[in-house]
Amino acid sequence: MPSLTINGKQITVDAGMTVLQACEAAGVEIPRFCYHDRLQIAGNCRMCLVEMEKAPKPIASCAMPAADGMVIRTDTPRVTKARNGVLEFLLINHPLDCPICDQGGECDLQDQTLGYGMDHSRYEENKRAVVDKDLGPLVSTHMTRCIHCTRCIRFATEIAGVEELGTLGRGEHMEIGTYVEKALSSELSGNMIDLCPVGALNSKPYAYTARSWELIRTEGIDAHDAVGANIRIDARGREVMRVLPRLNEDVNEEWISDKSRFAYDGLRRNRLDQPYVRRNGRLEPATWAEALGAVAERMRALGGARIAAIAGDMACTESMTALGDLFRALGSPHLDCRQDGAALPVGARAGYVFNSTIAGIEGADTCLLIGTNPRWEAALVNARLRKRYLGGGFHVFSVGPELDLTFPVERLGAGPETLGEIAAGTHRVAKALQGAKQPMLIVGQGALARPDGAAVLAAARRIAETCGMVRDGWNGFNVLHTAAARVGGMDVGFVPGQGGRDTAGILHGAGGRDLGLVYLLGADEIDMAQLGQAFVVYQGHHGDAGANRADVVLPGAAYTEKSATWVNTEGRPQAAPAAVAPPGDAREDWAIVRALSDTLGKPLPYDSLAQVRERMVRIAPWFARSGEVTPAAWAPFGTEGKLGAAPFRSPVTDFYMTNAICRASATMAECSELYMSGGKAATGTHG
Amino acid sequence: MAAITNALRSTLLLELLSGMGLTFSYMFKRRKTLNYPYEKGPLSPRFRGEHALRRYANGEERCIACKLCEAVCPALAITIESEPRDDGSRRTTRYDIDMTKCIYCGLCQEACPVDAIVEGPNFEFATETREELYYDKAKLLANGDRWEAEIAANIAADQPYR
Repeated sequence: MPSLTINGKQITVDAGMTVLQACEAAGVEIPRFCYHDRLQIAGNCRMCLVEMEKAPKPIASCAMPAADGMVIRTDTPRVTKARNGVLEFLLINHPLDCPICDQGGECDLQDQTLGYGMDHSRYEENKRAVVDKDLGPLVSTHMTRCIHCTRCIRFATEIAGVEELGTLGRGEHMEIGTYVEKALSSELSGNMIDLCPVGALNSKPYAYTARSWELIRTEGIDAHDAVGANIRIDARGREVMRVLPRLNEDVNEEWISDKSRFAYDGLRRNRLDQPYVRRNGRLEPATWAEALGAVAERMRALGGARIAAIAGDMACTESMTALGDLFRALGSPHLDCRQDGAALPVGARAGYVFNSTIAGIEGADTCLLIGTNPRWEAALVNARLRKRYLGGGFHVFSVGPELDLTFPVERLGAGPETLGEIAAGTHRVAKALQGAKQPMLIVGQGALARPDGAAVLAAARRIAETCGMVRDGWNGFNVLHTAAARVGGMDVGFVPGQGGRDTAGILHGAGGRDLGLVYLLGADEIDMAQLGQAFVVYQGHHGDAGANRADVVLPGAAYTEKSATWVNTEGRPQAAPAAVAPPGDAREDWAIVRALSDTLGKPLPYDSLAQVRERMVRIAPWFARSGEVTPAAWAPFGTEGKLGAAPFRSPVTDFYMTNAICRASATMAECSELYMSGGKAATGTHG
Repeated sequence: MAAITNALRSTLLLELLSGMGLTFSYMFKRRKTLNYPYEKGPLSPRFRGEHALRRYANGEERCIACKLCEAVCPALAITIESEPRDDGSRRTTRYDIDMTKCIYCGLCQEACPVDAIVEGPNFEFATETREELYYDKAKLLANGDRWEAEIAANIAADQPYR
């Protein structure tokens, strides 16, 4: 533990920390451009120079390990002069185009120039100009502004795992580029925009549309995948202008996937902003009273046994709680939140959550992937796996589709037969798993959403138990979800009751006329053709497949527009306030269900969001601890049975097109076309 | 004694005569009033009148949609929306000034890095309806085109003091 003096203040820091980190610990701010906590040290911007006693020159504090007895000063004229000089050099070639730069107002270079820069320029020569690079539809470049901090290169190489960026040339001729002009093929590329300390890398969809100071910031939760990334929603008026990550070490660190970041333009298109009722085969605009009246009339006529509800991938926990309560009050046991038909065990929570937690991945040493492609299903889980891989001594095996996860994965087989061998202990990998200190496995929805899903789950459980993955202080059994709504739905019991039908049963019943009404709570990924002649109520925010088939459309709120809770794949409930108001006549979803219950004459016993949340806590006590993971008790789940022969497939065939919001987004459509070659031919395996 | 003086003053109408004398003396002084609107007084080059959006000599609009004027406006009278134009440059799609909110403080032209928004010498823009005072981009650019000569002369005249 080195002990050093910083500006006359004695401080002791952990071994291995740099002088810059020691200064931060001492509360002394050091300006920097190239240094970033999560990237390797480059030491090339020289902004962090500090004075060290007995050193002939100022030292770069980001690259100097803190040592015992060092005497550091950051407040001397020499340090000030060094900073001024470095900044003057950085500004030699930096164009002073702040007024048209999107980084203006939140720019490190701007801020530090204010603090350490000169008030005028002594440079009269021409500035250098660099040709802009085309990095694809998400990241715009203005390479003349680049100060060569190489954060983007280090991010691409280390965190994203795609070695596509680099530098060419030296000195003034140095340029950042992709060597051969190409779009960045990473699903985390948007994070480079945040990392760039100047305006060289900017968001292409956001270009020139708003200024940082005119945006209203709301802390939100992402609902595009089941990671539950913490996001900041920047809105102007009623429009979401951009989405940025928020720091949460346990979930997303400070990254978010490109889908979370760039799909927001889908929130403006194809929205349901008023109720519709189908008359003479056409959906016609209606009032709330007419729409709710039509639904209530049909529900009363059919009675509880002949109505069913399916919740979609982005439904909030509040709305599922309310709809579940309403259907049970009406006497219907036909509820399901698993619209893909995954064999998630009802009741046994450990069997449907990511027990190790995402941060817990960093403690694992061996990982078995079963029927999952984490890079597309949960890009940030994949980033965490890669982080663990970079830490060394991490072996990843996979049973399932061919993968390119940005780190080596040993593929053992395509389908359940390999899984059976591992479960039986006859496969060589079983030994490796048993010998590991902290083994984990990740079961994807592609392995569970199939006819033998329950048997696959049971086999996975057997692997977990026989390989010592479940013990005190460590649970290596993990289910990776693709839908933000899934764990919440399971937690609040939006699952078939006694004698109730699951998704397949509901579809079968609707097609066979056993069911007269199907209530889709944002469910778009089921096969609408199977609904037959049933009366379909669609409550959701986008005019997608569900609204197209519906007989009554109830316009709901998207994830940015409601105060709602989502439970991520770890089982971490996270509540977020509404960032903007829903468009037109659309309403928050739980309130729609509450209004419907009134029309039906069976009012639900809650009138406010707080009361709905109290109800959620009564169903599942962990909802009281927002943002925390409550460990699930290990219990038997899964049904031992014959494993099928079909190979596992990831449910996500196109990373950029997984839900109604993405499908309405022009940015996502562009990405999908560019990156997912063959994506057009894919049919999707949802439902 | 005072009674006699007062009596004399009032019988001889001395006060009335001195007052009329003052009035009469103005016959020979310079006129202070203007025959507005046929005559106009001088304006400082810094006069802050009606707003205008200027163009460069080649016809390109100056405004680059940096939104500094919108940010600095203490009356929140300016509303700007922007997006990339087809040639990739940053341009406004909407530039509105609510002249009924404007307090003519001149901070917008102070903030403007390209001298695009200026308060010109025109103060004669009274309207019959409120709505006519909600200026849009076309109106402001038209103002700029109409007043460019005066505005340019004013900016040049004030240049040494900026």
